[in-house]
Amino acid sequence: MTTRSFGEPIARLEDPRLLTGRGRFLDDIGHRALAAAFVRSPHAHARIADIDVTDAVDVEGLVAIFTHDDLDGRAGEPLPLLIPHEALTHGRTGYALAKDEVNHVGEPIVMVVATDRYVAEDVCARIRVDYEFLPPVVGIEAAREAELLVHDDVPGNVAAHMVQQNGDVEAALAAAPHVLELDLDIERSASTPLEGRGVHARWDPDDASLRVYTSTQASTSVRAALAARLELPLDRVEVVAPDVGGGFGVKIVHPWPEEVLVPWAAIRLGREVKWTEDRREHFVGATHERGQLQHVEVGFDDDGRLLGLDVTVWHDNGAYTPYGIIVPIITTTQLLGPYKPGAYRAEFFSLYTNTVTVTPYRGAGRPQGCFAMERTMDAIAAHLGLDRTVVRERNFIRPDEMPYDHGLIFQDGRPLVYDSGDYPATLDKLKKLIGWDEFEAFRAEARAAGRRVGIGIACYVEGTGVGPYEGGWVKVETDGTVVAATGLTTQGQGHRTVFAQVVASELGVPVDRVVVTTGDTRRFGYAVGTFASRAAVMSGNALASAARKVREKALRVAGEALEADPRDLEIVDGVVRVTGSPAGAPGASIPLATVAVLANPLRYAFDREAERATQFGGPVDFSKPPVAEGDSPGLEDTGFYSPPRSTFANGMHAAIVETDPDTAEISILRYCVVHDCGTLINPRIVEGQIHGGVAQGVGGALYERMVYDDAGQLLNASFMDFLMPYATEVPVIETDHLETPSPLNPLGIKGAGEAGVIPGSAVLASAISDAEGFAVTRMPISPSDLFSLRLARESR
Amino acid sequence: MSAAEELYEVTLVVNGVPRSATVPARRLLSDFLRHDLELTGTHVGCEHGVCGACTVLVDGRPIRSCLQFAVTVDGAEVTTVEGCTRPDGELGPVQQAFRDCHGLQCGFCTPGFVTTITAYLEENPAPTAEEAREAIAGNLCRCTGYQNIVASVLRAAELRAEEP
Repeated sequence: MTTRSFGEPIARLEDPRLLTGRGRFLDDIGHRALAAAFVRSPHAHARIADIDVTDAVDVEGLVAIFTHDDLDGRAGEPLPLLIPHEALTHGRTGYALAKDEVNHVGEPIVMVVATDRYVAEDVCARIRVDYEFLPPVVGIEAAREAELLVHDDVPGNVAAHMVQQNGDVEAALAAAPHVLELDLDIERSASTPLEGRGVHARWDPDDASLRVYTSTQASTSVRAALAARLELPLDRVEVVAPDVGGGFGVKIVHPWPEEVLVPWAAIRLGREVKWTEDRREHFVGATHERGQLQHVEVGFDDDGRLLGLDVTVWHDNGAYTPYGIIVPIITTTQLLGPYKPGAYRAEFFSLYTNTVTVTPYRGAGRPQGCFAMERTMDAIAAHLGLDRTVVRERNFIRPDEMPYDHGLIFQDGRPLVYDSGDYPATLDKLKKLIGWDEFEAFRAEARAAGRRVGIGIACYVEGTGVGPYEGGWVKVETDGTVVAATGLTTQGQGHRTVFAQVVASELGVPVDRVVVTTGDTRRFGYAVGTFASRAAVMSGNALASAARKVREKALRVAGEALEADPRDLEIVDGVVRVTGSPAGAPGASIPLATVAVLANPLRYAFDREAERATQFGGPVDFSKPPVAEGDSPGLEDTGFYSPPRSTFANGMHAAIVETDPDTAEISILRYCVVHDCGTLINPRIVEGQIHGGVAQGVGGALYERMVYDDAGQLLNASFMDFLMPYATEVPVIETDHLETPSPLNPLGIKGAGEAGVIPGSAVLASAISDAEGFAVTRMPISPSDLFSLRLARESR
Repeated sequence: MSAAEELYEVTLVVNGVPRSATVPARRLLSDFLRHDLELTGTHVGCEHGVCGACTVLVDGRPIRSCLQFAVTVDGAEVTTVEGCTRPDGELGPVQQAFRDCHGLQCGFCTPGFVTTITAYLEENPAPTAEEAREAIAGNLCRCTGYQNIVASVLRAAELRAEEP
């Protein structure tokens, strides 16, 4: 029997709790807490003239009403700009409660605390805010034209302007035999987890400590931000991410206004306070992503090889820039995908609009970049009359060119160097999986039956596992249970399972003996967060390192007890034994539980096991202190992993679509994925990540958009009107894997979380274009959009 | 002072156990279950009846508990996800199927799927894959892409069929 579960598709350890209603999501805790609700701006751009609470103060159950004037100390300062960058010359952040001006519909202005949420909302409805209206800036074109400004002190609405370049693009384009230009457009979507945001705070006045539960992707950083903002010592603040009902990027933002206000109010009122976001609040009060306009100029030779690529991106960052300019940086670096671009220049303008702020949503700028590059590849193929896969293959970075340095700086501030990947093999697998070479026969058959079908392809490379670091802690308890913790959070990725697989395999214990805690600052205080497909790479390797140290100590302590050389010992199924000795051989083995007892020299026996570790409990070497110099009691240790740079996963998607010749309805007939995220810890979980990503990619390509009117009202801020795919909209997803290990980390793993979503718009645009015979340049595309495109072409 | 709300005693048989609480007329069934009875397995994802996370069975029929007032179902029998286990507390067939097929990720929408599928399999104990997909097409999931939930429906049908 083997205890090695690493690489096995085992069932998840977290499932029984979640399946029986024993999960603890944010709103499941704090039943006796006061409830908070917010008066939010109904206007996209306005000055606050007056806030009148006269009609509100009589509501029974009201506890407190707070406006910006009430926010004392640092709580009243602008929220932090989390990721500063020298190109972000005009970064702006909002306040926890709006001060004088509002810049998007949904910005919080007044906080109400009451005995329950119903009452709190009654109070909100009775508070009157008078506004002086300002004209809103809505849409990227309006922001770019800059006839109106979002922030008076930001000229041109430009938060950031950045250029990255490798080679002389102008010369390359001037000399290229063929040059094409493309104008592309991607609309907004959003993470839209099924559980919105939420915060619960409890202030203990007796020891002046604060415990905050928040539905976050970054509990350690929330802790630091709250300690700073509320002017508390860090060690008096604990932040716990309970079960989190999906994140997909939006919950990496922190501290949210509500995340500051709920603890602030809990301290001020001396009562537990909770806020649970409702769905409309999430649409207008959280964040969105994706919206970009792009201009591509590409030069290539007669074979379709890239000679020069010049890309300009106008990125809609919404009202504020709390997360910096990570998204457009990723777009302009990751759009290169698996290709060698020749000379490359990427320029972006990050623009303010009076709409919800933009921060990363799964894929984080990559879907837009992939769309730009893959539309370009298709355009080259169409121009030269070449097969689309041939053009791509000719531009691939070859496996023997790895590591490949693009000469650019990536989102982690480090060089954009691909570590490994076999792109030709990936393409080969994909072509076989979808039957690329047999498609024309299928098209002819379909055409004969009056049907219109098309096939598309899109490739991506994804920088994953970005630093700076993560840590892990592993301890063997005296009953043989292995407890492990890492600081980053989990929101559905199955971390408790995959990290248990890592620890169990390193240590030599059954996987169900390992209990993993994530996102709880009481258990592990040093962490960065869960984003950028980094958790498995970062915390996986950190926990492996911690487990290896624990294993080493276990062998040393067991060696002393067994009077054996630690090098002759192994740990199998939670038992340390002389390598190769049969189970139960006398004197040749010792349970890890007993080793844990012996590793902690005791004076007092609290149970029978502990007796063995007490001072009169067994033979002692009087020449040594009970705890050796440099050692520490207990069978536990901590490890960290900090990579020199990101590791790059890759994949390719192909889809076959059918478009109805009359109604322009778009159906996906097949959707194939070939994916390479290095060594797999749990193939079943990776596949689940891909499925979920593809569903979001399909949503972003065909259904989801944020519909703003000219006044900056979000017209579809509900699940009735924002068309998130149901089961009937998501195709069956056929998958195949390659495993090209990363040379950068001991486990050889690369991230997998975002992969599935990245090529969604690109591959479906490719397939729809192929079906229709003209290039789709704007996504998402609805049947009405497609119908209009057909009409426009016919009338030309 | 505005007038205090009038309160009503509501009694439901929840997962076989009579449970009562005194609540205002506007108390939603979802909030009644979650906050008055502290049965937090039922989740609320949209508060407007679209996502299906709050689905519970009222007298055996799946309903959106965020669209019902607790007072309107006074006296009803309600089954929540907590009641979809076996009598010994082990995973029931639908729950076990979700675990077998990796039919959940974050687990937030899952209770609504479990209750919906439990009711569906009573009606159609041996669905095809296509029927299974249709059966879950009123519930939103943002994590799984639904493929493994479809598989879970089929697996749950198998597990039910194996039961004596």
